[in-house]
Parts: sequence; structure tokens; C-alpha cells
Amino acid sequence: MSAHAGGYSADPRIRGIEFLPWIVAMAAFFLLPEYLSLGARILIYILYALSLDLIVGYAGIITLGHSAYFGLGAYVAGILAAKAGISDPMLQLVAAAAAGALLGISTGAIILRTRALTLLMLTLAITSVLLEIANKATTLTGGADGLSGVVVAPVLGLFKFDMFGKTAYLYCLLVLLLGWWLVRKLIYSPFGTSLTGVRENSLRMHAIGAPVYWRLVLVYTLSATIAGVAGGLITQTNQFVGLNVLSFESAGELLVMLILGGVGRIYGAFVGPVVYLIAQDLLAKQFPEYWYFGIGTMLVLVVMFARGGILGILDGVLVKLRRKP
Amino acid sequence: MKTAAILFALACATQAGAQTIKVGSVLTLSGPNATLGENMDRAIKLYMKLNQDKLPPGVKVEVITRDDGGPNPDKAKQLSQELIVRDKIQFLTGMTWTPNAMSSAPLATEAKIPMVIMNAGTSVITTMSPYIVRVSFTLWQSSLPMGTWAAKKFKTAYVAVSDFGPGHDAEAAFTKGFTDAGGKVVGNVRIPLANPDFIPFMQRAKDAKPEAVFAFVPAGKQATAIMKAYGELGLDKAGVKFIGPGDITTDEELPNMGDVPLGVLTVFHYSAAATRPANKAFIAAWKKEYGENATPSFMSVGAWDGMDAIYYAIREQKGKVDPDRSMELLRNYKNPNSPRGPISIDPETRDIVQNEYLREVRRVDGKLANVELETVQTAVKDPWKIINKKK
Amino acid sequence: MEAFFASLVSVAFHGAALGMILYVISVGLSVTMGLMGFANLAHGVFAMAGGYVLTTAISRFGVPFPLALVLAFAFVAAASVILERLLYSRLYTASDLEQVLFTIGLIFISVAVARFIYGTLQQPVVLPDYLKGQFSLLGRDFPTYRVFIIVFSAVMVALLWFGVERTRWGAMVRATVDNRAMAQSVGINTKRLFTLTFALGSGLAGLGGGLGADIIAIQPTYPFENLVYFLVVVSVGGLGSLRGPFVAALLIGIADTACKYWLPQYGAFPIYVATIGLLLWRPAGLFGRHA
Repeated sequence: MSAHAGGYSADPRIRGIEFLPWIVAMAAFFLLPEYLSLGARILIYILYALSLDLIVGYAGIITLGHSAYFGLGAYVAGILAAKAGISDPMLQLVAAAAAGALLGISTGAIILRTRALTLLMLTLAITSVLLEIANKATTLTGGADGLSGVVVAPVLGLFKFDMFGKTAYLYCLLVLLLGWWLVRKLIYSPFGTSLTGVRENSLRMHAIGAPVYWRLVLVYTLSATIAGVAGGLITQTNQFVGLNVLSFESAGELLVMLILGGVGRIYGAFVGPVVYLIAQDLLAKQFPEYWYFGIGTMLVLVVMFARGGILGILDGVLVKLRRKP
Repeated sequence: MKTAAILFALACATQAGAQTIKVGSVLTLSGPNATLGENMDRAIKLYMKLNQDKLPPGVKVEVITRDDGGPNPDKAKQLSQELIVRDKIQFLTGMTWTPNAMSSAPLATEAKIPMVIMNAGTSVITTMSPYIVRVSFTLWQSSLPMGTWAAKKFKTAYVAVSDFGPGHDAEAAFTKGFTDAGGKVVGNVRIPLANPDFIPFMQRAKDAKPEAVFAFVPAGKQATAIMKAYGELGLDKAGVKFIGPGDITTDEELPNMGDVPLGVLTVFHYSAAATRPANKAFIAAWKKEYGENATPSFMSVGAWDGMDAIYYAIREQKGKVDPDRSMELLRNYKNPNSPRGPISIDPETRDIVQNEYLREVRRVDGKLANVELETVQTAVKDPWKIINKKK
Repeated sequence: MEAFFASLVSVAFHGAALGMILYVISVGLSVTMGLMGFANLAHGVFAMAGGYVLTTAISRFGVPFPLALVLAFAFVAAASVILERLLYSRLYTASDLEQVLFTIGLIFISVAVARFIYGTLQQPVVLPDYLKGQFSLLGRDFPTYRVFIIVFSAVMVALLWFGVERTRWGAMVRATVDNRAMAQSVGINTKRLFTLTFALGSGLAGLGGGLGADIIAIQPTYPFENLVYFLVVVSVGGLGSLRGPFVAALLIGIADTACKYWLPQYGAFPIYVATIGLLLWRPAGLFGRHA
């Protein structure tokens, strides 16, 4: 379907072009100071998309319920800040990660015994359960009004989270760097290779004695942890948590972002959110109706003609260019 | 050459004329609740069109509108933040929903931007930032007098509200008013804000056999849905009266409710059927601009008066707007001639003070309307703040 | 005790009405997924389209209610044939992910189109006078329209089951659901069968959407908001089965109404937890075929 980067034959050393996203990110910091909160959001969604790509692109698990982990991380960070008075950003993130991991392993262990529609349905049901809890437990979560009063202390006691988003941007960039490094290491490891095996032919994997189920649970837990961290980040940059973090529409949007960039390749998760969120910022405000129409049409077209997303198209172009003498 | 250019630019900037004051408006213009924001947006645009002479010479007002898509506090906060940082607005307004107002409040404080709330009705909002002033209403203002009045006519009541800020306020306010005046609340239920199916909840209400059901749901399609459920289950035939704040029978939604609302009693600060001259002029201007079949709602009046307040602040400062001076002016704003009657802002709480009217849904000229029967209370200050101050 | 029994009856009744609507809408999805192995998450779009056709026909063109129901079915069935031939059929061999993405794309498109044509207000449903009001049965009053829904849906369901069990077409469907390759080898024109069955399933969804417009409001975000319900019915009931989703739909309709009635503070929480439990106990659904 699409060119899956990494795996058994790939060279794990970092290629030159892989520095590009980070250079662009730093350039944006200096050149576009008014857009830094949008920038921080893009960075968070890149991290979130990376976590989704681990399971959708690499392990081949189709889920519409990834927002459960994102939302849980967001609320845990928010509740710690607003209700338990813990304002240290590192602690909040660690808690968000831990929450994501716990929910990830417990739900993963249960649902990964099933397949296809049942699995999809279970992911939806889990998210719905969390949504209901968030909706009803108003003393903890603020319910439909959302959770205000989220206090985030300055990072290292020095850098305040203000409305201009400078601190938020760099903070998210650093966390993204960490997350990217982790994911990359995983993909280029023997474990990552075995994921490809599971995705392509799980029957064979069983036959050669590789424990499929536990690999899936492991990658699912990792993915949930990263999603939880992304959720914590969004709470910290917004200093607010609303029910939207758990919504289906945002889970659907994340899937769109990933497909747009290219599934199953690390940088698809980079390209997708950048293109989607910037386009949304430019276009959706003027024409919200046309925006959904455009997204839908694009999805259909991508599935029918450009299954590798933007990076897939780029790959094709590069191949053609290289053929020319 | 360069110096001349800089001096020229400076001269232009400091010229008393040719000034544009940017006002950011965050409303709901898409999604299932789009009519709510549309009614506000129309009022804003109509006010600006008809009141250009109320601005000092050379001063223009530009309203930058953003769509929050519904009760989406994250999105609203993000939009407000962008309006402040990118578009450099000097006033923030709109705010159809409580959650959206609450999430944007810290930005108003941090950036020192006066925030004029045109709709969101939960009492606590104005306490969240010293830069907030509200021109719309609070649930306590309408529901407490409703409770007090209802206790005279009904001995028992069942309370059904939507499960979010305004709903909780309405529930608390009505219960206090009703029980303080001798009534008994025989049961209550909180209905989820998203995707409600009112039949089971109204069935519970019916089974409790109260003399009246007090309900609050967001104005618009949810009001229609709960009204339908009331009718479908035969509650009116069973002798259970339907009462509530005016949100449940908003003027623009009445045509969609069929005949069920006839006789429903509400207490509210505005009805499109009000006969005072200011309202008649308002309605006439509205219909002229938007068509014979268009009706403004209470949200339109909130937006209209909100613009009036902002224009007042701009006018008094002759176009040179300073946030703290604006707040000073806004908190002392008065308008004896609003379409809803006399209104003013309470300088202490920065919240709206207005009359509350008892209305009944009747047929007027072949259409359903909220006919104002009597003024239940004049110059009502938000009761919640009064009660909580005493503690 | 009397009061409790009365509420029990009321809950059962309203729950059954909701359940029947859910079934009429979702049965097409169950058959499609079982027959074609295609994850059509956009099934709600067909229901929504039927709802719009019905309400437009009645409000704008003054079409009488029964004819409007027929129109809802026919129009949506016809439209689905076009969609199937043009788009869906290209993706029968695509991966699950691609099918899911494609159908999500369809949902986005249809939501935007609906919003564009109809605006964002929910469609008002004007029922004919003979279906309004209350219906007296055994000393209790029931809303007439809900009684109609239950009766009409029961008839539709009976017709459908008869069709699948007794006709040749039904036999071909059952054969292909069981073993597509084998069915093709014995000469069943699966392509035409798919189109026909898809049209029938979608038409039923449209009919259900129109019929249930009073209970499940017709508005542009319909396919998103109700997706979970349809999927729950199909996954709990079992793909490719007819009876499974019927039981599931009734269970869900009644349970949902009961929970909202007796435990309103928990919202839909019990339903989802029950769904998770059921699916873990029986991953292929209550009446599913593939283990």
C-alpha cells in the first residue's frame, strides 16, 4: 500500500534530510512569532499522529478510539493542575504518560484479542465510556463547561506559559523531539521489524513462533503512552481542558491528518498535521461548510488514487525524476 | 528618504482621524446551533449599519467574526487568543456559550482586553476576570423570580435542566425561589447536553405527578425537542403545566413548535412581541433588513445592546481606547431605551441589571408569540451574586 | 407498585420503538458488511438522506406521508446504486483501513452537502393528523406515532425475513455471505447481487431514517452522532445475520430508554459498558457467524 519506512533493511543512521523538520520548526519560531500557538498545536498533533501511526501504519490495527488516551492524558494533567494543585509541568506530563500507559495496557490486553469490526467497535465504545465519565463527573472535569483554572508553573521555574505561546512552542518541540527519537528507535529495531511481520502476515508470524499478541499489546501501550503525553501537552498549552479532547470528530480528523501525510512512515505524521492545520487555519474560518466538503473529497481521492498520501506522491515524483538521465 | 517615510507613517498613526477600532466576535455560526450565533451576528451588523453616526468623526469600527462551532471551549479559547495576538483586537465580544466564555476569560485578564459578553448566562462568569462585563442576562435573574411567582400558583414542581453551567444555575435558582415561597420540588433530573432524547426524562417528570414542570434547555432546537416531548407524552392533558425561563420558548424557534407551547408561562427579559416603542422600532428595522419572516431573538437583543455599550465606550474616549478607562465606562453603562426596556450595568459586579417579565405563549395575528403579561420585577440584579456575597 | 409497572410498560414501549428504528436502519449495514465484507461506516448517510427526502417531500411538496415513505426508500436506493457502481465497487478488495477512510470521507462530504442545502436546523417533522395524538390500549395511552413505528417496522422486518428465507434472491445472499468464492463458482452473479442487496439495505436505511425522523432528529451531523448506535447494533448482533441485529437493536433501544429513565445521572455509560462486555464475551456478536 505505502512505502513503510524503517524495518529490516533500513539503515538506522539519521539521514541529512531528517534534520529538515527541526530546522523548519526553529525558523518558524523566529520568523512567525504571531503564529506560535498554532505552531504549538501543530507540534502536539504531530506527536499524536506519530502515536497513531505506530498502531495504524506499522502494526495494522485500525482504531477510531485513539482519542481515549489523548483525552485521558489531557484530563489527568488538567485535574492534577486544577484540583490537586500540582503545577509542575514535568510532573503533569509524567502523570499524563502514566495514565495513557495504564489505560493502554489494560484496554489493549482486552481488545487486541479481537479483530476488525469488533476491535473497531470496542475502541469506539471505550472512548464513549470515557466521554460519558468526563461529561458526568462535573466536580472533577467541569463537564460540558470544561476544566478551567489549570495552572502550569513556569518550566524550570523560568519560562512562563503565556498567551503568545513562545514557551509552549519550544516546550512542545522538545517533547516532540523526545517522542520522535523514541518512535524512530523503535521502528528501526528488531521489534519494529517484527511489527511489519505482524501487519503483513500474522499467520506466518504465529508459525515462526513469534508472539503476535504481546507485541501488539506492547506497541499499543507505547502508542497510548505517547498519545497521553500529547494530551497532557495540549492541556498545558491551552491551560484548559474541554470535552473535545475525547470527541470522535477529532479522532477522525487525526486519521485524516495521518492519511494525508502518508501512513506507515514516520514523516507522514509530520507532513499531515502541518498541511491540515495550516489549511484549516487559512480556509475553515471563511468557509466552514466547504472545509468539510473539501476534507471529505480529499479523503476519497486519496484512498482511490493516492494511497500513500502526500509523501507517497512525493516519492512517486522523486522516482520519476531519478529515472530521467 | 527613509526618515521622511517613518515620519509620514507616524503622522498618519497619530492623526486623530482615520482610526479603526477592531472588535473580535466569537460566535456559533456553524453546526447544529448555528441559528443562535447567526441571530447575534445579524444584530451586530444591523447595529453597525444604523449607527454609524454614533461614532466620533474619523473613527471606524471593524468587527472580526470567528466561528466557534458550538459549545467548544478549546476552540473558543484558541480563536480568542488568535484575535488578540494576531488581529490585535481592542474589544472581545460575542460568546454564545458559557463554556466558551469561561475558557476565554483568562485571556481577557492577561491581555487587558475588555470582554463584553453578549449571551452566555451563567452567573459566575463575570467573576472570572475584572475585564468582563455582561450585557445579556443570567439564569438566576429569570429563574428565581419564576420560582417565587410559580409558588403562588403551583404547590409542587418537577425540575428538568440541561447538565451544564446555565442548567445548574437555573435549577438552583428556581428551587430556591420556589421553596422559599412555600412550594415543594418533587423531583429533578439533569439531561445530558449533547444528543438528548427528552422522552424518558419527560416521562419521569410525568410520573412524579407535579403541578408544573420547570425546564431549562439551551434555546433553539433543544427547546423545540423538549416541547415536542412534553406534547407527545400528553403532559398538558394530564394537567401538568410547562414553565421555565424564556429560553424554552424563544421567539425565533416558536414557529417550529406547532401548537404545543400555547399557554406555556415563562419569565424572561425580552420578548419579540413586546409593545414598547423601542422594541417596535427594533423589530421594524430587523424585518426591513432581513425579511418579513425574520424575527430577532433575545440573543439578538443581547448583541445589539452589547454593540451599543462598546460604541458608548468608544464615543466617550473619542476613539482613543484605553482598556481600563473602557472598563470604567462600561461598568457604568446605562440605556433606558433598549428594546427590552431599561437596562444598566451594576458597577460592582459588572453584570446586567434589567426587568423581568412574565409572558404567556398566545396566538397573535395567527402566529405564536410570547405575550408580556406583567413585569415580575424591575431592575433585577443577579441574585446569585447577592446571595453569595452575604456568605 | 402500580406506578413501577406503568413506567416499565412505558419504557418497554418507547424502547421498542427506538429499537425498531435502529433495526430498520442498521439491518442493511449488517447484510452489506456480512455480504461484501465492506466496512461501510457511512451507512448513517443513507438514513439521513431518507430523512431529508421525507421531510422535504412533506414540507416542500405536500406529498402525503405514505408516499413520502416510499419516496425515501426509492430515492435512497437509487442513489446508492450509483454510489456503489461508481465508488464502492472499486474498493471491495481494498484494505480495511482504506474502506474505513473512504467511508469517513463520504460522511464528511455528505455532512457538508446537507448543511449547504438544508442549513443547520433540524428538519421539522410534520406528521399527518391520523398519526398524531394518543392511542388507547389496555387503559394506557401511547403516542400513536410510536405505535405506528412499531407496527410498520414489524411488517417490514417480516417481509425482509420472508424475502431472505424463502426467495431465490435470499438464498443467493445467504450463500454468498457464507462463502463468496464458492457462490461465485456455482455461477451466482455476485456483482449484481452486491448492487441489488446494497440498494435494498440502503433503501431500508433511508426508510428507517425517514420513519424515525421524529425520534432521531434529521440534521447534518446525523451520520457522526448516530454512527456508534448503528455500529453497536451490527457488531453486537453479528455481521451478516438478520436476527442478531434485531435482538441487539431491541436490547439497545430498551436498555437505552431504561437507563435514561431510571439512571439518568449515568447517561449512556451503562450501554457502552454493556456493549464492551457483550463483545468480549461474544466477539462475533450474539448471532455472528465467523468466530
